[in-house]
Amino acid sequence: MSNAPAIVAAQEPIRRTPVALVDLLRTHRRVTAATALVGMLFLVALLAPVISPHDPLATSPDNSYLPPLSPGHLLGSDELGRDLLSRVLWGARVSLPVAFVAVAVGLFGGGLIGLVSGYAGGLVDLLLMRLMDALLAFPGLILAIAIVAALGPGLRNAMIAIGVVAVPVYARLVRAVMLQLKQMEFVVATRSLGANPLRLIIGHFIPNLLNPVIVQVSLSAGFAILAEATLSFLGLGAQLPTPDWGQMISAGSAFLTNDPWLAIVPGAAISITVYSFNLLGDSLRDALDPRLRS
Amino acid sequence: MTHLLELENVQTHIALKHGLIRAVDQVSLTVDAGETLGIVGESGSGKSMTALSIMRLLPRASRIAGGRIRFKGRDLADLSEEEMESIRGTEIAMIFQDPMTSLNPVYRVGWQVGEPLRIHRHMDKQASIEAAVDLFKKVGIPDAKRRVSQFPHMFSGGMRQRTMIAMGLSTGPSLLIADEPTTALDVTIQAQILELLRTLNRDYGTATILITHNLGVVAGMCDRVIVMYAGRVVEEGSTEDVFVHPEHPYTWSLLRSIPRLDASEHESLKPIVGSPPDMTQLPGGCKFQPRCPFAIERCAADEPELREVRSQLARCWVTQAGQSLDSNAG
Repeated sequence: MSNAPAIVAAQEPIRRTPVALVDLLRTHRRVTAATALVGMLFLVALLAPVISPHDPLATSPDNSYLPPLSPGHLLGSDELGRDLLSRVLWGARVSLPVAFVAVAVGLFGGGLIGLVSGYAGGLVDLLLMRLMDALLAFPGLILAIAIVAALGPGLRNAMIAIGVVAVPVYARLVRAVMLQLKQMEFVVATRSLGANPLRLIIGHFIPNLLNPVIVQVSLSAGFAILAEATLSFLGLGAQLPTPDWGQMISAGSAFLTNDPWLAIVPGAAISITVYSFNLLGDSLRDALDPRLRS
Repeated sequence: MTHLLELENVQTHIALKHGLIRAVDQVSLTVDAGETLGIVGESGSGKSMTALSIMRLLPRASRIAGGRIRFKGRDLADLSEEEMESIRGTEIAMIFQDPMTSLNPVYRVGWQVGEPLRIHRHMDKQASIEAAVDLFKKVGIPDAKRRVSQFPHMFSGGMRQRTMIAMGLSTGPSLLIADEPTTALDVTIQAQILELLRTLNRDYGTATILITHNLGVVAGMCDRVIVMYAGRVVEEGSTEDVFVHPEHPYTWSLLRSIPRLDASEHESLKPIVGSPPDMTQLPGGCKFQPRCPFAIERCAADEPELREVRSQLARCWVTQAGQSLDSNAG
């Protein structure tokens, strides 16, 4: 390192932003693209009442089975003449909040279990992890279906079910990182400075957990969207007449031979959403590695 | 005169599945204000456990089973965890062996150096980071203003160890425990870090306990030295006395095993025969006796006490009986 730039740099005020979000977006194109996609989805959900051309529930038997690109119905209409574009846009208002709540349930439930398990170790760890193993033993969707079947169909129960499925994923992730962190000398070093265990966990462990957890949040949001659509497809999630993607596919599947777009349009909406979240998760995983940050 | 730190028959035990390890066994030592005490011994001899006992930061499954640890007249073992937290980082600071993992990877180093100030002095973030800049200058980190805003991975090992020292010194502790502070560093950096510790000891009067397995480090740094073996103190004395005429065969062997540049080409190295004892199955009598070239019959039967031999203390029947180690095995 030469001396000249260092002397210039020393004149600058000390930078204090914890993570340069702007830098992250500027240097990692994929993160920018994925963030834009996900942001757009949320915007669509937020603005659905304003931007949809028709009432998603208004039937018009004269205009049924219109193919995409028909005048007035950009994506066509369904068997009752309801505008598909409007229904898809409104469908985002169901899927995204469900995903959001389900991820929150998984994150807080699983995160807490992982923290306790990883920090306490011993018997507590053993018991909690065997419980998580029991949950993980079921395929995610099957478990979600079983939970909804037990609690009764409906969006609220679907959110709980999808959240519960995500719990062991977060618990395992957080515990694994905690075990890794506990080995590091900075833990004893921080304690030797007089930090109490609470300060250690909140101030020093949790910030170290953020990166892997953020990545997992984006990835499991994709799963949650898909799971919600599946539950609604099976009639266990959103109930009629709520416009919902899964349920639209379910209804449209009856007309696959003649009017396939009835299922393809909501299917594409699900694909785009899941892809956006997965892209965000993937790109963040690459971008947030602190060793690559400079 | 009361000592700054006084350990009296401290015992620290680790409970394992296959038995109890007496990691620290009846260790007594004193440190006076401004003094540098060296603790030497091989891996597993209880050096670090002694330090962690003083800090009361023992790993799980281990506990202080007996003895007193008096610091400035207070018995640390009697303090509540909260009281202990107020002593850690203000009165006693510790630096560790591995500078690569002793800093939190997600925080800028300036923030971390300011952590004790925020904990104990209730400084705000801005003030603590500005204090970190001054501390960086004190420990010789160039370009301090820019450096405080960097992350640990952008620092070299030596710079990280300087950072740790800066962190330890931030609140002006009266005792600094350095647990093998130079083991993970290369030789030129070792010398710099030791020089820094010596300067700080001189300028601020911070008493230092220097834990190391490097006898050269002790010779250059310490006023007094304690040699530990199998959790026990086997020899204690002024650095000069211990180095010039060791009175415990273990110390004698350690000193003799240092390779010498002026030795003849054909002279082979002189390792200590045997291996460190299994701490769960210690031999009876003197713990060093199975490896000791001077061992007499009594050594296997009784364990000697730490007694005065010439100008230092040694735990050895042979030297306590007045025999000289050098005349015996030459």
